[in-house]
Formats: sequence, C-alpha cells, structure tokens
Amino acid sequence: MTVPRIWRKIPQYYNLIGKKCQKCNSLYFPPRDVCTHCGEINLQNYKLEGNGEIITFTVIRTPMPDPEGEIIDIPGRQIPYIIAIIKLDQGPCLTSEIVDCSPGEVKIGKKVKSVFRKIVEKGPRGVIQYGCKFKLI
Amino acid sequence: MTVGIVSWGAYVPVYRIKVEEIAKIWGADPAAIEAGLGIKEKSVPAIDEDSVTIAVEASRNAMKRSSVDPMEIGAVYFGSESHPYAVKPTGTIVAEAIQAGPNYTTVDMEFACKAGTAAIQICMGLVKSGMINYGLAGGVDTAQGAPGDALEYSAAAGGAVFIIGKKNIVAKINHTLSFTSDTPDFWRREHQHYPSHGGGFTGEPAYFNHIISATKRMMKILGTSPKDYDFAVFHQPNGKFPSRASKKLGFTEEQIKPGFLVDKIGNTYSGSSMLGLAAVLDIAKPAQRVLVTSYGSGAGSDCFDITITDNINEIRKKVPPVNDYIKDKKYLDYAEYSKFTKHYLLH
Repeated sequence: MTVPRIWRKIPQYYNLIGKKCQKCNSLYFPPRDVCTHCGEINLQNYKLEGNGEIITFTVIRTPMPDPEGEIIDIPGRQIPYIIAIIKLDQGPCLTSEIVDCSPGEVKIGKKVKSVFRKIVEKGPRGVIQYGCKFKLI
Repeated sequence: MTVGIVSWGAYVPVYRIKVEEIAKIWGADPAAIEAGLGIKEKSVPAIDEDSVTIAVEASRNAMKRSSVDPMEIGAVYFGSESHPYAVKPTGTIVAEAIQAGPNYTTVDMEFACKAGTAAIQICMGLVKSGMINYGLAGGVDTAQGAPGDALEYSAAAGGAVFIIGKKNIVAKINHTLSFTSDTPDFWRREHQHYPSHGGGFTGEPAYFNHIISATKRMMKILGTSPKDYDFAVFHQPNGKFPSRASKKLGFTEEQIKPGFLVDKIGNTYSGSSMLGLAAVLDIAKPAQRVLVTSYGSGAGSDCFDITITDNINEIRKKVPPVNDYIKDKKYLDYAEYSKFTKHYLLH
C-alpha cells in the first residue's frame, strides 16, 4: 500500500471509523459514500466499538510475497497467523487478524476485542502501518 | 497552582520468557542468575508490538479512566529507548489513536530509563504555566538486550501513561526535583541494535548515587522522612538494586512491595518506575503519600512527592489494573523468543 493510501485510511485503521446513514441508520465498515439500503448519500463518520464475534477464520502458513520484492517482516514473521471475519456487536463485519493466541485456540463464535498493533512492516526502511487487530476475550 | 495526575493507564504484553529458559541456552546456572538478579521471568512484546502499540494501549486505558476530552490534550510526550522511528515521532501516532489533536505539541523523549518521568515534569510545567490544560506523559519500551549479555535476562516490554492536569486530580504532585550528572554507565550508539554497559559501574556511581541523592534531597527540602510515605517506588533495573537502595534510604519492604514489579515482568526501561507508580495508584487510598524516584543511565534521577486525593476511587476501576496484565501471560521457549525479537533475518 502506498504511503498516501495508508495515510488516508488512518481513521478506519486506528479507530474503526466507519459510516452511518443519516436516513436509515445503516452502519458501514469500511466506510462508503452511498447507503446500499436506501441510496442515501448523506453518510456521517461513525466510530465502531471494538467488540465482536468470530464468524469464520483461516490460518495463513505461506504469506503472499511482496510485489516490490521487499522482505515483509510483518506479517511475514508471524506465520502461522490467523485471519478472521469478525461481526462487530454493532453489525458490520470486517476481516482482521486474531493475535496473542495459537491457531488451536480460535473457534467460530468466540468473542473478541480490538487491540492496536503493527499491520505491515516492510524491511528496515519502509513506513510502519499501524491499526486494529483483535484478540480473544 | 495544584498540578497532578488526572488519570493513568498501563499495558504489559502477554508473552513471557523465564530466566531459567534463557540461562539454559547459554549454559548458565538458572538458580544463580535468578538469585543474582531477583528476576524470575520477563515480558516479551508480540511480533507486531512495539513502543508505539504499547503507548497506544496504555494511553487508551488512561483516556477510558478519565473524563478528559482528547481535544483538550495540549501536549503528548513519550519517553523510550525504543521509539520505532529514528525520525518520525511516536507522539503523533498515539495522539491520532486516541483522537486527540491537531492542537497539541509533541516530541519524542530519550534519557535511558527516565525519559517518561521527565515527560511528567515537562507536562507539569506546561500545565502550571497555563500553556495547556492537559498533557499526556508516558514511559514505554520494548527494551533491547543482546543475546548472551546480562541484560538479556531482564530487558522487557511495557509502559504506563499519565494524564497531567489541574482539574479533577487523583494524585497531587506536591514537589518534583532531579539529580543529574555525566555518568556513562550505559549507552547505545547510533545504528546499534543493542546497548552497551559498564557492568559493575552501573551500580554505586550510577544507580545508587543518583537514586539516593535525589531522594535524600527531596526529603530534606520537604522536611520528610521515609515513615511519612505509605508507598515508595524506585527504578527497577533488577530485583536487587531497588531493594538495596530502599534499605539504604530507610524504607521498608512493605512500602516498596506494591510498586515492585521487576521480579514478575523484568525491567521495562522507560516503563519501569512509571508502571510501579501505576500499580500503586491501583490500590492507594485518599490522603496516602507516595514517593517515586526514577533512574536513567547517563545519568539522572527524577523524584516526585505525591499525595492521593479523594477523586481516585471514582475512576480506579474503570480499566484493568496493572496486576491483571501481569497475571495474563503465555510463556515462550527460547526459539520462539528469538523469532519474536528478530534474532534472525527473514529470507
């Protein structure tokens, strides 16, 4: 991800800032400009709480190589790591990593809460991308 | 004007490695190392944790505990020996993560293990002068210790953050002072991964001289003695130094025990005395008095005389205490620890 794109996504990565439709109250994460339920374009920023439940998950044992040929310390050094689809208590679903546990500890339906971690760290020179991941409660 | 701590937050990573496990790798006697250092195990940051992520977690705990509007925070100062960037501040990432700003000032601070307490002093000055309403002062580290070096047994990870202000104070800072000299007992040169140290030289002319001189000067100025304090916290590079310093000063084991964490989590460097103070605030009662003396190699000590106020009971239980973080742990073996702490490169 380019530096300007990382910068633009800081609110959603750091604080789970999504969007709320001002007409039908639908919540969206990641944020979007138009409500898919009612077509409204007046959507305001909305901070989602970091609690949710695991809907499904997979264990990554071979991370994707970096297209630019850089060594990806994170998540590369974390293998095996767990990627899950999480349904937040307020409704929206998102894809994120489950941390501080082994693959055997993760089960569908387990409750999770958000934590602040490094998302991507490429080599010793690149910018570090931070944001929310999740851990088991 | 009264200035003090408005709120506090702490964070310690979940991973631990036992001193015994490290000693086994280097053919050392685990019992002798444990007895010599007074440390049984230390905290280890997860692969995706660094001083910034620790600072954010501790800051979010401090914000949850308080009713401070993040937009009212006018200064963000973090002391650390392990800021992830050489150029780009830790404070900007933390402020964004707690939704503070953009009307705040920040700079990264470094003075070995005492930069966090120096951050408190700077925030006190800014609040007293009327330049800011609230300042965020933190000490955080993912401490470095070279494989096989004595520091490897103690260098740990964690941190604590204090919101400094003049309204709704939970702990009044009655007085602060520093004792500083050019004493090269421990250092890390630019571009070096691990610090170097003067071995036994880190003791008498360094740690003990600064801790004891700062603390004695504080008690002389205020006309107090050890019996006037309910708690005392001294920087904890290992289990032996703070115990010996407190005995020399006349403090009892009961006074230092609540803030004594090094035997369970190791030396969290800039986080050390700050986490000790946070653990004391977790249990202290109104009107109780606390003495805190930090130590940073190079070398200096900051000393604080603090009185707990009635407000503390209202906010204490809003977030988990330091002890919950200490009890929540997962052990690593040395191979996993090497992977976590980047002892080897990825291909």
